Amino acid sequence: MEQENIDGNVIPADKAKIRKIWKVTAILGAITIAEFIIALGFPGAGGHFKTATFIIMTLVKAGYIVSEFMHLGHEAKSLIYSILLPCIFVLWLILALLLQGTAIFEALGF
Amino acid sequence: MASSAIVVEEHKNLWGGGVEPMKVSYGKLMMWFFLLSDAFTFSSLLVTYGLIRFSHMAYEGPYESFEFSAAHWPLPDFVFDGLPLLHGGHYPLVFVGIMTFILILSSVTMVLAVEAGQRNDRVAVEKWMLWTILGGLIFLSCQAWEWSHFISGKDGGIGANLSINQYGPPNFAALFFFITGFHGFHVFSGVVINFIIFYQATTGVLARRGTYEMVEKVGLYWHFVDLVWVFVFTFFYLI
Repeated sequence: MEQENIDGNVIPADKAKIRKIWKVTAILGAITIAEFIIALGFPGAGGHFKTATFIIMTLVKAGYIVSEFMHLGHEAKSLIYSILLPCIFVLWLILALLLQGTAIFEALGF
Repeated sequence: MASSAIVVEEHKNLWGGGVEPMKVSYGKLMMWFFLLSDAFTFSSLLVTYGLIRFSHMAYEGPYESFEFSAAHWPLPDFVFDGLPLLHGGHYPLVFVGIMTFILILSSVTMVLAVEAGQRNDRVAVEKWMLWTILGGLIFLSCQAWEWSHFISGKDGGIGANLSINQYGPPNFAALFFFITGFHGFHVFSGVVINFIIFYQATTGVLARRGTYEMVEKVGLYWHFVDLVWVFVFTFFYLI
């Protein structure tokens, strides 16, 4: 029985696009390895510098995942803003709850 | 004049209905909005983790003489240092590092599946979706091992449950279970959804539809799952 061809025409892969995907992968991998080197090279709790570095590296990774893997970087401006602007509220939430956590810590008498 | 009249007409039509104002389909747009709401949920959980953690005493002694105690929040290096089959060893962050790489790689294979779908390359879509599903299953297995190791305990300790644990204050274990569990639930549902779309690709449903946009939409969900893990990994294991 003849199989009907429902696949249509397969467009050959664009080498540049594939290379770009692996390039972003390499960047994410490199940042993750750097995080491990910092975590294991400077063991021990806290350290504002260490914490800030991890958060910045995480945000960079998040930026690459959202803009390239999820393609948001290439979408219409109105869509990009619809997603990014509400995240300002999350920044407020982080600040507010870190302050509250410290206040609770002090209220507990530590 | 005639030209300015046309410009006004276009603006009116952009939000007048019947067009896609943000240049994406309804399904994709709704997936983005769902992910935004889910991001808020996870942000709330993670920020609450920060609040609860910083209301506890931190360990301030030298790194080498760290001991588990309910009096201070534990150092992650000492809680998460096991590897399967290598009992009693101290390999801080190795296992979670492997898990992170696996999930990021599964995200990459997902991107490649989406790219193949845009070219109508059904065979490549199937291949990359299969790798993505495999990566998700391996991640879930790793997380299951992590949980069982955490619960059964280290060095003859009592292990952990929602009320009490050997590593530190009760909230430490409770938050670990809740946040990694909620994330793991998302990974599990992502694997199920990925499998359904893989199945639809193999049986020609997507080819007959004429578009592989469904792969793109579930791809967004899968990348979101990876994204959340990047944050969970940072806040639980690094900071």
